[in-house]
Amino acid sequence: MDYASSDALDAGPRGTDMLLSHGARGVKVVIVGGFGVGKTTMVGAVSEIPPLTTEETMTQAGVGIDHNPGAEGKNTTTVAMDFGRISVNQELILYLFGTPGQERFWFLWNGIFEGALGAVVLVDTRRIEVCFEVITRLEDRRVPFVVAVNAFPEAPQHPLSELRSALALSESVPIITCDARDRASCRDALLSLMVYLCTLAAAQETA
Amino acid sequence: MTSENQDPWSEGTPVPLYVITGGPDSSAKAFNLVTLIATRSEPEPAMQPEQAAILSMCTYPLSVAEVSAYLSLPFSVVTVLLSQLVDDERVEAIAPVPVAAFPERGLLEAVIHGLRKL
Repeated sequence: MDYASSDALDAGPRGTDMLLSHGARGVKVVIVGGFGVGKTTMVGAVSEIPPLTTEETMTQAGVGIDHNPGAEGKNTTTVAMDFGRISVNQELILYLFGTPGQERFWFLWNGIFEGALGAVVLVDTRRIEVCFEVITRLEDRRVPFVVAVNAFPEAPQHPLSELRSALALSESVPIITCDARDRASCRDALLSLMVYLCTLAAAQETA
Repeated sequence: MTSENQDPWSEGTPVPLYVITGGPDSSAKAFNLVTLIATRSEPEPAMQPEQAAILSMCTYPLSVAEVSAYLSLPFSVVTVLLSQLVDDERVEAIAPVPVAAFPERGLLEAVIHGLRKL
């Protein structure tokens, strides 16, 4: 069998998607939220490569099972992790992983949060309940996070202060609105996470 | 994502995964999704095609997640393949930046600087 001519094994990055630098190291941020909330859109908005998908052996697990009310426009469901990449500088590559918030995917989280800087919880105000467990889980794992409310045009608009109390967020956790389709908006969401991490680090230093 | 053209199991992958990994006993080392893999030797004709493909694509470093995506193989399968390549010193695995309970300020400031340039 001529494996070498197989399409799959000829696969690889386009020339422009290769990293330029040897000696770089990776670091990651996780974007977590329910199905259809815009995780992949957000990854794609800021990534320097087209979003890629890595998966575990659980393909199509959600087809016919996952109920997606309020997001019927979405045909594919993310049962794996979509991710993208930002070359911060020659030495540092930031990876962004979008992971589903549903409980049965949490076994994946051990690996995905290991060594992560922090998380962005992406919220759809039409299905805010998805986030309760996610936020509890992140707090239990002591993963620092910010909450980004994806501003779907047809979604109900709530003041951020109301959302903060609805999600029972502590005052210190940043909550922002963003447009997952917009590069600058997603960049700002990531920046708010980084600035928050800086304040946590500063508080730790003075403690 | 389970779009129709991305399901690697439906067709075109007749080889069971335990064959690709060389058996159930192969031990996967501690790879992170963002461990970077850099090729250290040329692929050889006798090599397993998946491993040869890894050597070809990692001429410039790529994360394990990217290798998994480009090969359309699950992360856990790729880590087994990579373990063998690391043992044979055919690739180098570059561990991610270690992140303690609270990341270092210098690291965060570098990321902030990089994001602002986007």
